Amino acid sequence: MRRIDKIAIANRGEVAVRIIRACQELGIETVLLHSDVDKNTLAFRLSDETVCIGSAPANESYLNIQANIDGAISLGADAIHPGFGFLSENAAFAEACEKNRLIFIGPSADAIRLFGDKISAKNLVKKAGVPVLPGYNGEDQSLDCLLAQVETIGYPAIVKATAGGGGRGLRIIPNKESAKEAIESAMREGLSAFGSSEVFLEKYLGSAKHIEVQVFVDSSSQGFHLYERECSVQRRHQKIIEEAPAQEVPLKVKQQMYDAAIKIAKEAKYIGAGTVEFLYQDGEFYFLEMNTRLQVEHPVTEMVLGVDLVKAQILTASEQSLLWEKELLSQRGHAIECRIYAEDPYNKGVPSTGKLGYCYFPNGGGRRFEVGFEPGDEITSFYDSMIAKVIVWDENRPRAIQKMKTTLKQTIIFGLKTNIPYLLEILSHNEFVDATMTTQFIEKNYPDSLKKPTSSELESLGELLNQSVSQASESQPGGAALHPSPWVHGWEHL
Amino acid sequence: MHILESSLNTSSSEFTKNKTQYAEVLEKFKGAVKKIQLGGSEEATKRHKSRGKLTARQRIQELIDPGSEFLEFSSMAANGVYDNQVPAAGVITGIGVVHEAECVIVANDATVKGGTYFPLTVKKHLRSQEIALENGLPCIYLVDSGGAFLPMQDEVFPDKEHFGRIFYNQARMSAEGITQISVVMGSCTAGGAYVPAMSDENVIVKETGTIFLGGPPLVKAATGEEVTSQELGGALVHCEKSGVTDHYALDDNHALEITRDIVFNLNKQGRVSLKTRPIEEPHYDAEELYGVIPSDTKQPYDVKEIITRIVDGSRFHEFKSNYGKTIVTGFAHIWGYPVGIIANNGVLFSESALKATHFVELCDQRGIPLVFLQNITGFMVGKDYENEGIAKHGAKMVMSVSNARVPKFTVVIGGSYGAGNYGMCGRAFQPRQMWMWPNAKISVMGGEQAANVLLTVKMDQLAKKGESLSTAEQATFKQPILDKYEKESSCYYSTARIWDDGVIDPVDTRKVLALGISASLNKAWPKPSKGVYRM
Repeated sequence: MRRIDKIAIANRGEVAVRIIRACQELGIETVLLHSDVDKNTLAFRLSDETVCIGSAPANESYLNIQANIDGAISLGADAIHPGFGFLSENAAFAEACEKNRLIFIGPSADAIRLFGDKISAKNLVKKAGVPVLPGYNGEDQSLDCLLAQVETIGYPAIVKATAGGGGRGLRIIPNKESAKEAIESAMREGLSAFGSSEVFLEKYLGSAKHIEVQVFVDSSSQGFHLYERECSVQRRHQKIIEEAPAQEVPLKVKQQMYDAAIKIAKEAKYIGAGTVEFLYQDGEFYFLEMNTRLQVEHPVTEMVLGVDLVKAQILTASEQSLLWEKELLSQRGHAIECRIYAEDPYNKGVPSTGKLGYCYFPNGGGRRFEVGFEPGDEITSFYDSMIAKVIVWDENRPRAIQKMKTTLKQTIIFGLKTNIPYLLEILSHNEFVDATMTTQFIEKNYPDSLKKPTSSELESLGELLNQSVSQASESQPGGAALHPSPWVHGWEHL
Repeated sequence: MHILESSLNTSSSEFTKNKTQYAEVLEKFKGAVKKIQLGGSEEATKRHKSRGKLTARQRIQELIDPGSEFLEFSSMAANGVYDNQVPAAGVITGIGVVHEAECVIVANDATVKGGTYFPLTVKKHLRSQEIALENGLPCIYLVDSGGAFLPMQDEVFPDKEHFGRIFYNQARMSAEGITQISVVMGSCTAGGAYVPAMSDENVIVKETGTIFLGGPPLVKAATGEEVTSQELGGALVHCEKSGVTDHYALDDNHALEITRDIVFNLNKQGRVSLKTRPIEEPHYDAEELYGVIPSDTKQPYDVKEIITRIVDGSRFHEFKSNYGKTIVTGFAHIWGYPVGIIANNGVLFSESALKATHFVELCDQRGIPLVFLQNITGFMVGKDYENEGIAKHGAKMVMSVSNARVPKFTVVIGGSYGAGNYGMCGRAFQPRQMWMWPNAKISVMGGEQAANVLLTVKMDQLAKKGESLSTAEQATFKQPILDKYEKESSCYYSTARIWDDGVIDPVDTRKVLALGISASLNKAWPKPSKGVYRM
């Protein structure tokens, strides 16, 4: 057993709050490593100690390895929890922690590096006998070779820059005729954007579901699969709504996925929490990637299983055993998570920044709010615009959807525009209700901003509109602006 | 402030009867409005849309802030007039908010007779400008009109309150700093061309928008020149060459977006500040109003049952409750705004008139907007009353109401007859807005009274000749008079002729007043220069 008395948190917002609360429950002190603008956040107020590690831009603070290490050491932390995003999947950071005798709460640097590289990850997965998408990632990058490879993979296929990401250096190849042009342009884009023209090829799935399996390996190398989550509702690879368990995937296939995930973790000698992501289509599933950290959507797993993943991470890092028994870990009911982004749903999701006004989160049975800010806090444009998560649990999926809708309708966030109207639209969409949505769901159904509601639609949206339309009222002389405008009340009649 | 306790028994058979009867009244009203809102014929609408144009109502929805209210005026104008061919008089008018600024919006409906101006179209347009002027609201004209309806040129062109007045108003408002904006989304021909020409800032839509004094046919007839409408006055011409318009829009939506930007940049500031209170919904349900209004119009009821269902928290600070009891006066709040309410509870006596006069003076002195709830048969008549000078006491009320400078709002909740209409701030007394409930009636006197007066005159004439009428003959004499009054006193007859600003569902009264008061705060009103005379 390794003793951990104080944990430094190399993160911000709601996940920092989540970690602080877990530490408090375990009697561990916390040090928040924060940027100078983040003094006005809930995590800053909750943490026992705080250190400013740099200025607002992330690469001068949250992404700066040395500053984080120095901050943690200066207040005598024993360990660092990286949360998600920022340095959470940075092997160099994990190594730096080790070098400075700080326990990195996460897998080993080797495991991070292994899964961080798409090609080494795929090789390992293949070795474990888990299906990966038919593809080619060989060294021969000649056009002839690539064209021949596409032919064996079949159409439609996709070509991606090896160093790419965020949709850049990526082309879909619908047929033989367009193969040459697509490969060449992906190579060109890869070279100009990432400095490397190296590409790989893959079979393209048009209507796949994103299913991921949560795994956890404890300090005695006992591997647990914590069942699956579905995260098909994504906008440009950014998840918006996640849920557990997944619907529309046969139990038999799910079991295969669990087994595959455990095998992959074992093969990599993985420790701690990780997520194996798969694409599922027509009864087949394919390995996508493994995330070597806590996921944003971990609460849905916690809700259906009754576990605490953050505490489990900390206990594992201090080499303590967990109280989990495999036979007793089973899913019950259904959980959904909605990510609340500060953005304008009626205007292309443009981020909304400014001072958070009055907020109300309607607590109730099976409702959970992960919030990193309080009224008066400033939401800046330096970081991700996710300001909160709402998670609900109920006996089955329809009830969970109903609970989520009710909860979101009653949620009040003044001062900023939020995507709540957008979430409510999605929750009512028949594809979502039927659980037939795929990763193309947003692109297909919501390519543009939400349409501005008409006055008749307003009747049912009354509370929401007050929240996302009227809140930006500017001050007028004589204090008249403090009085709410009757024009945006959402009057019941007419 | 105390809650005005209601003594209404919502489980009584009378309540149920009233409510059932009112449901019919409402159904008729809502049905009529719904039909009118369709605009012109289905075919005309289809043709209109096929040109890529939005309908007048869609344009308004796109223009105003998402999800905000649109306070429409005279939605039933010209209903039953001109063979019922001109729904809403071919123009949609009202107040809406654009970037939170209240604006008067005038949108021609080109699906109705090509958006041409009938006499009532002119009247409706002018009334909306009057509202803009009184309240200091920017005007946005969504122009799509063929100009005057030529067959009726004598009733729309020459007189003072005719077509030319539109431009006079634009000029006067512009001078007062009330912004005039035109969005040319269809044709602006002849006189219509002056609407944008007289505006401060203009937008025009490519292809569909045109402005010219004389269209291609007229040009050909006059000078022989052959020209297309685009060459003559299309969007490019006016944005690049003539400078009649300032902003070039690709389509209706784009034009409305630009218009929103124009309003965003108006630098409009300062509102009259009232001492507002936190908003409280009425303690009693507004839907109960349906059961308060008696199905028999002659049956008296306590108007406080109405007040308590309209004002914030049902709280009412009554003034002079023991004096002149046929009129109720008092202070309350609507949507947090302070208001002085004057409501009829019977015929007006001298004391009631004096009490109302005193109260109007108080509100004027304190800068509190006035709300009149009209349900009035008139002033009391008879020797005793005339001898005590009811004429001069009534005149005091009329005098104070006319000269009070605070915003005034009138809602006709029942009858509006005779001089009672005047004392209670009828149309001639320029309330900022005047609304009718669907059960309301308005005429110089009740039909029965009018028939009896005329019968008495007739009988007197006959008596001089030594003749007389049998009971049956009397009834025959009276019937056409009763019929005429029945038809002409209905709120539909009134609102079709724009004697008011529209008919509203009673449950919307609170909303309509709140919006009206909010709009009235855009322009300061003068302070009174004399003290309060105790009447």
